[in-house]
Amino acid sequence: MLLIHCPWCGVRAESEFRCTGQVKPPRSEFVHKSDEAWLEYLYQADNRRGILEEYWCHEKGCGQWFKLRRDTTTHEIMDGDTDS
Amino acid sequence: MSRANSKRLHFGGYIDRTQSLKFKFNGRDYVGFQGDTLASALMANGVNVLSRSFKYHRPRGVQNRGYADVTSLVQIAGKNESPNVLASVQPLYEGLEAFSVNCWPSVSFDIGSIFGAFSPILPAGFYYKTFMWPNWHLFEPLIRRAAGFGKAPSQAPAGQFLNRFDYCDILVIGAGPAGLLAALTAAKSGARTVIIDEMTQPGGSLLYSKTELEGQLAIDWIARTVDELKSMDHATCLWNSTAWGYQEGNMVCVSERDPKPAELIGRNWKIWAKQVILATGAIERPIVFENNDVPGVMLCSAVMEAIQTYGVVPGKKAVLFTNNSSAYDILPYLQVAGIELAAIVDTRSDVELDTVIGTDDSNVEVLQGASIQLVIRAGRRVRGVVVHAQDSSGKEKVGKIECDLVCVSGGWNPSVHLFSQSRGTLRYDDNIASFVPDQAIQATLCAGAITGEMSLAGSLKSAVQIGSKALSRIGIEAAPISIPEVTNGDHTNYQVDAFWSSTAGHKRVKAFVDFAGDVTVFDLKLAIQEGFDEIEHLKRYTTTGMGLDQGKTANVNAIGIIAFHLDCHPSEVGTTTFRPPYTPVEFGSIAGSQAGDVVLPYRHTPMTHWHKEYGAVMYEAGARWRRPGYYLKEGESMNEAINRECYAVRNHVGIYDGSPLGKFIIRGKDTEKLLNLIYTNSFNGLKPGQGKYGLMLNEEGLIFDDGVTFRIDDDQYLLSCSTGGAPAVERKVDKLINVECPELKVIITPVTSQWANATVCGPLARQMLQSTESDIDWSREALPFMHVVEGIIAGMPVRVFRVSFTGELSFEINTPSRYGLKLWRYLIEVGQNWDICPVGSEANHVLRVEKGFLSLAHEVDGTVDPIDLGHGWIVSRKKKDFIGKRSMEIRRQNQPVRQELVGLLPKDSKQLISEGAPIAPANKQELSDGFVSACVWSGVLERTIALGVLTDGRSRFGETVLAWEQGEPLPLEVTRPIFYDAEGIRLRM
Repeated sequence: MLLIHCPWCGVRAESEFRCTGQVKPPRSEFVHKSDEAWLEYLYQADNRRGILEEYWCHEKGCGQWFKLRRDTTTHEIMDGDTDS
Repeated sequence: MSRANSKRLHFGGYIDRTQSLKFKFNGRDYVGFQGDTLASALMANGVNVLSRSFKYHRPRGVQNRGYADVTSLVQIAGKNESPNVLASVQPLYEGLEAFSVNCWPSVSFDIGSIFGAFSPILPAGFYYKTFMWPNWHLFEPLIRRAAGFGKAPSQAPAGQFLNRFDYCDILVIGAGPAGLLAALTAAKSGARTVIIDEMTQPGGSLLYSKTELEGQLAIDWIARTVDELKSMDHATCLWNSTAWGYQEGNMVCVSERDPKPAELIGRNWKIWAKQVILATGAIERPIVFENNDVPGVMLCSAVMEAIQTYGVVPGKKAVLFTNNSSAYDILPYLQVAGIELAAIVDTRSDVELDTVIGTDDSNVEVLQGASIQLVIRAGRRVRGVVVHAQDSSGKEKVGKIECDLVCVSGGWNPSVHLFSQSRGTLRYDDNIASFVPDQAIQATLCAGAITGEMSLAGSLKSAVQIGSKALSRIGIEAAPISIPEVTNGDHTNYQVDAFWSSTAGHKRVKAFVDFAGDVTVFDLKLAIQEGFDEIEHLKRYTTTGMGLDQGKTANVNAIGIIAFHLDCHPSEVGTTTFRPPYTPVEFGSIAGSQAGDVVLPYRHTPMTHWHKEYGAVMYEAGARWRRPGYYLKEGESMNEAINRECYAVRNHVGIYDGSPLGKFIIRGKDTEKLLNLIYTNSFNGLKPGQGKYGLMLNEEGLIFDDGVTFRIDDDQYLLSCSTGGAPAVERKVDKLINVECPELKVIITPVTSQWANATVCGPLARQMLQSTESDIDWSREALPFMHVVEGIIAGMPVRVFRVSFTGELSFEINTPSRYGLKLWRYLIEVGQNWDICPVGSEANHVLRVEKGFLSLAHEVDGTVDPIDLGHGWIVSRKKKDFIGKRSMEIRRQNQPVRQELVGLLPKDSKQLISEGAPIAPANKQELSDGFVSACVWSGVLERTIALGVLTDGRSRFGETVLAWEQGEPLPLEVTRPIFYDAEGIRLRM
């Protein structure tokens, strides 16, 4: 289980958090583009090996949302909050 | 000394002969001593057979020590009944009662051993091959009964399990010599240190050795070191605790057995460590030969432990079979126990005898370049061995040696399981003919025998080095520490021969590689012949290392044998990845106190007790809320109750508890923008006091939730949603305003539990409410449909919403939860004059089907959009964007014909059809046309009615379709999905 640094509460166990997936550009940038561009935005995830930036929420704690950079192969967390 | 302990020495061992413990095994009474394990006590009593093997039901006794002794499987009876306990690690206690597993009907006469006679039908992959025709389920009950391990306990344990979290600087796993010294180095330097060991006593291999440190028996050094560790507050010692999982984040799961206080059965720790030191040692490896599983074939370390630790004599006449020098340590043990050594069979042909045998033992016959081919058995015990050797001229000869004990050592396998679990890589080391840790991925260091260091002096030295290295990695300076000198009994020339098996593995030869799974050399060979030449496939096809063993004893031999048959080096075969758990862990230990109702507690409305007293049968309404399903009166059936409740709502007045409905307060200057984004329709210009029904889609353009949103005042809106959908709606909106559209200045607050809701509905609802003590004007003009008003009823503050889910005139009366029960009682009392009837969710369901209102999880099953359900009117054409709009448009362009909501009238007006029954044409093998989403008996219509979705349904009104139930076609007429008050006059009254 990972230890995650919540920008508000400090280091807490992963089980208190929820990850909602990769950080993407805002939907407003894609919602009016071509069908292909929109569907790719909606359904295609990088599923990258290596460093990935994700949205996490300290759901069972303070409710803070933040971005977190995590290495998907080693689970290493690069840094805590970038900006939220 | 009683006859009962006939195999016990009258001296030695770390048992207390003054404290007898009575215990039962397979129904017979025995006596052991304090300090025994169940296995040692049974051996002392001359019990050879502890269990029957998994596949062939062959008798098995003690072979190995500790958690590697996978053949000593028993079931512990009693108040904390537990299946699949290893007798070799189960401490003996007064009154212990245990049974063998895999024995039916008994351990000495086992019906399953017939499988042995028919063993050609049980080769590798036999499940896949043999029981295919006519059908696996025909064989399943027989196989499950005859195979499989212990029985699941029939009752919950009397004791409890708990979880605990811990954080430390340095976690040392394994309290053998290396682990203890590494932990001492860390703790003395001031690091927060945890050291754990799976055995009840720390010491590892030193526990049974005659090795001396600083001129004293090694166990004295252990005791001193442990005392020193325990004297430091920042050091924690956990014995009888297995590190069973090494996870990401440098977190190790540890299962502690029998912790204090006594009510606890076990405690599961999650320990996060800055640095982990693995000092897990090595496990002695068997050698594979025919009948190598017969009771009496034991590993040298197990024999040494039996004699030294428990004072048990496991045989009278022994043959030693080895491929390395460590096995010669056993000679003084055998001498002490009075066991005659018939011969030493050494696979190596260049043994320097004077380095391995003391001069006293020079009269022992050592057969070099020799191997045991076969164990001869008498009944369920070894009677002798057949040895293959070469005479001085190099000529092959075969001879028979009588014995009742075979001591085996095939070398030592470093316990690399945890290292591999942490995703560290392994490397084959020719010097020890086994695998050692290579590259660590996490903050892991290894000390002692796990690294392939087989000498004690070397292990101790590495422990201090590694301890210091771990300290320096976390910025702590290592305190000076003295390494104890090994004064006697170290072995420096391990010299192992990579010898795995003495048999080529013919079909009828039972030479076991994996004792726990009954995998033989033949099985491996057969799998290779059938094309499984990749280790991960071989493992799964043959089940090698997949059972209880988890590769502790089987894997390296299997890899060696596979390499031999593939004619390659073991390093080319590679290893499989080890996975948690290292040893079996009780589910209870993982769950801890999070069991039963505590895991997901129910939520109750303030009126729950009233409902129950009134005869309510409680249902789960979603999101763990409990709500009445229907109220049963004496002598009434469920259907009668539902019909009575429906009748009340349609004809006079009903009241239901709507408290669980999801409710959120939304505030902020961009609330309107948010509502326009999450709902398909427009929320522009909603005035205080007004409300609007809305459909919420997901980004894929499918219906996600529905509900009514009211503007309470200038500043705040109250959004309601389905009971079960409330958590998902909250998460969705929360992410939206925090992450996706942070520019929206909005705050959302869940208030579901803050408000109790009593909904009064029926044609006489207004009349009834007008007679309450209230400042509210209940008239249609003052409080029209889809409006909200605040006021007082009998001194209680309320908010009244004109919404209807029943199709009748309806007032949802909300009050702060603390008034909920009082308000409910008051309304019931006032309602007596109108014959008010409390109504449950079953009646609600009937009433909404009559009206064709949508229900999440019925019609709204995650595949439909608003237009499918005839809600095109609610999808704004003016709004440029709302969540789901784009995807819905794309989907509808590409799929113009979709399944649509329809009403369905069974031709037989009394016929009820199961929810989910498929609709499909007769006599054709085709995709179904749709399904029945709800079917109820309608009291007002005096017939059954149904809703469903049907391909192109709205253009098929009047058509007859078939719903299929248990293979029977049931004809239904397709109609509009509304059966009652189609104009909606009643709810707007």
